[in-house]
Amino acid sequence: MELGYNALLVLTGAGLLGFTGGATGTFLVLRKRALLSDAISHATLPGVALAFMAMVALGGEGRNLFGLMLGAALSAGIGLAVVQWLTGRTRLAEDAAIGAVLSVFFGAGVVLLTVIQTMTAGRQAGLEAFLLGSTAGMLRSEAEIIAAGGALCLLAVAGLRRLLVLAAFDPGYAESIGMNPRRIDAALMMLVLAVVVVGLKIVGLVLIVALLIIPPVAARFWTDRAGVMAVIAGLTGAAAGAGGALISALVPGVPTGPVIVLLAAGAFVLSMIFSPKRGVLAALARRRRWRAEVME
Amino acid sequence: MLMRTEPEDVSASPFAVRGLTVGYGGDPVVQGVDLTVPDGAMLAIIGPNGAGKSTLLKASLGLVPRMAGTATVFGQPVARQRARIAYVPQRASVDWDFPARAIDVVMMGLYRDLGLLRPVRARHLDRARDCLARVGMEDFASRQIGQLSGGQQQRVFLARALAQDAEVYLLDEPFAGVDAATEAAIIAVLKLLRDQGRTVVCVHHDLSTVRDYFTHVFLMNRTAVAQGPVAEAFTQETLQRAYGGRLAFAAG
Amino acid sequence: MSGEEFVPLSLVPLLIGVCAALASALPGNFLILRRQALIGDAISHVVLPGIVVGFLLTGRVATWPMMLGAGGTALVSVLLIEVVARFGRVEPGAAMGVVFTSMFAGGVLLLELSDTSSVHLDVQHALYGNLESLIWLDAFGWESLFDPVALAGLPPELPRMALVALGIALFIRVLWRPLMLSTFDEGFAAMAGIATRPLSLALMVMSAIAAVAAFDAVGSIIVIAMFICPPAAARMMTDSLARQIGWSAVFATVSAVLGYVLAGYGPLWLGRADAVSAAGMIAVVAGVILGLAAVFGPCRRRAGT
Repeated sequence: MELGYNALLVLTGAGLLGFTGGATGTFLVLRKRALLSDAISHATLPGVALAFMAMVALGGEGRNLFGLMLGAALSAGIGLAVVQWLTGRTRLAEDAAIGAVLSVFFGAGVVLLTVIQTMTAGRQAGLEAFLLGSTAGMLRSEAEIIAAGGALCLLAVAGLRRLLVLAAFDPGYAESIGMNPRRIDAALMMLVLAVVVVGLKIVGLVLIVALLIIPPVAARFWTDRAGVMAVIAGLTGAAAGAGGALISALVPGVPTGPVIVLLAAGAFVLSMIFSPKRGVLAALARRRRWRAEVME
Repeated sequence: MLMRTEPEDVSASPFAVRGLTVGYGGDPVVQGVDLTVPDGAMLAIIGPNGAGKSTLLKASLGLVPRMAGTATVFGQPVARQRARIAYVPQRASVDWDFPARAIDVVMMGLYRDLGLLRPVRARHLDRARDCLARVGMEDFASRQIGQLSGGQQQRVFLARALAQDAEVYLLDEPFAGVDAATEAAIIAVLKLLRDQGRTVVCVHHDLSTVRDYFTHVFLMNRTAVAQGPVAEAFTQETLQRAYGGRLAFAAG
Repeated sequence: MSGEEFVPLSLVPLLIGVCAALASALPGNFLILRRQALIGDAISHVVLPGIVVGFLLTGRVATWPMMLGAGGTALVSVLLIEVVARFGRVEPGAAMGVVFTSMFAGGVLLLELSDTSSVHLDVQHALYGNLESLIWLDAFGWESLFDPVALAGLPPELPRMALVALGIALFIRVLWRPLMLSTFDEGFAAMAGIATRPLSLALMVMSAIAAVAAFDAVGSIIVIAMFICPPAAARMMTDSLARQIGWSAVFATVSAVLGYVLAGYGPLWLGRADAVSAAGMIAVVAGVILGLAAVFGPCRRRAGT
């Protein structure tokens, strides 16, 4: 088994990203705003396309990953702001605002992609790889950006963990001791955005939300404490991320994103069945005991 | 014991519950409750917070699952007698931004008459407007429901129940959080219903108005504590049993 | 714009776009009011695995097995979401996120690993469709509309999508009162003798049918714009549900027509040679309409503000 330096970097990046995704997602899920991340991730597409066009127009290399990530972050930020404006200023509920933003931004991105396909520089742009993620043929500089981005996200989560746990558990109390819940929420959203942008290249924008949602929901089966849940979710996400990157590096033709998601889904299914307190097996056993008691 | 012995025959009662037990997974919130509402009564269901009053109503109507027990309307299971009951839920259980005007909400009460596709005729609209007028809301017919005050919203929902033209009216905390004018309007409508021979059951929490508003009471705290005419069942002693030490107010 | 060019190249995709937009927007009105807008999101994502499974089971690209597969997975996903929400004790949004990403990932992996090279099934097509490819090769001009030979060569997607739109319109017309009642006040609807759970499931089935039928034309994600944007914009225009549905139908039609025309002819007007994605443009127009309604709509504010 041989893995090149690039593959190792990608693996490390995916692992770090998986941990950050799981830990960040825990707070998102606890705040009952899981699918907000779906709007954020889909809203990256027009930014990626516009960044490509801008870089080509400026005579540069359109595929520069850092530039594309910057564009993605900008348009995802706008998408997030639109969701918040729609829910705050109009009668639309958050679910409708999320759906509208994710589909309209994605549609705009698709329009821009078709424009890029007709540009001379755009024929081999390969921006479609951002839809479902790909690690094949990744440049060393790209792998380094991803590994560094994953590490930075992780540091940020570690630094903010106390605030996030407190705000997730009891926003009222957090406010009463002088913390600004809006600012904590904004910090959480920035973290989500960072995870999405860093993960774009590996997992793709359609499935990146899985890294934020599935590990926390799986971890919820094992603990009732937010801090512990974040760690379990982080470890699950890290295993899924690194495992997925490894499998797709070893087996040619296997796309990275879906494998990562399916590994996380596997962890979720196992948790749901075998969790001692709230798993399916435990529930069945409880019901049997209860029946037996009632029959007596 | 002040607990009156119940008539074995429930077929004469417009609304009767036998052995009702409800639990949400854990301990029962309502346990083995028997309730018999006499025909033409105006009855208050009373008990401390968390006593299971709303749950009792909802479970007897089949809106939340029950673990055991039956609920009957004139001796028949509730499920087959729904046309004879009108239920007014506690406020705040709908989306107040919903695109519906006051008159639209009242028209919903005519669903049994209109069915799937029967056209709305002038007499239907007249009836809906008349029901709004009975609760003093005729001037607000085309106001979107979210733009009404809490009390006005409550009156619109009562008008919807009136449009159902039922024999038994079940109301969940109709006076909770409403203004004095609304409370007066609602109680006037309910007393009128009783005078027409209908039966009215309210979940109620304001002990000071029980004597003025109701003819019968049912006290509960997870289990039935006492029931009967106000003069007999609404006493210091029964209240003490329902509320325990928590009762500062002395009845009578 | 001559009939010789318009009828074979643009008429059919335009009509399919309009029918797809209507078929999605009509049930979308109820999904939005029931806070289930993202069920449309979930259902449309699981159409892909359904189609792949249908294809793998039968080994051919036939419409009905793939449609059935897609419908089947859509229902499975709705059930799974309930199971996950109940056992996982998480909000429905998180449960949806778990279910549809897992199923979509499974679909992509199946697609990549199985030998579907002979078939024009690819992931991008699944994400944003290919409205422009639905051309009517047998048509020569407006007269082809009355020519049985040319009509026989009409892309089957058009009658299918039209039938679905019609079926959904009929469903909503017939069940209008129960749908309105149970959406507004489920407890009251149950008391009035309406079977609320079967009705809610029927609404899901109808949405799934719309998503599956529209999938060919506009793909998994842009159909979400059709489910949500026109009804959401209509929500800002009126306080009557019947009028809201009327507005949503108008907005859906305008989005489809304007989006298609802008995608096909807009670049020409700007001096560029190539058209852009019609499905994407339809979503953009729908979004612009929603934006305008959110800023200027007479009923855009929440009650009490």
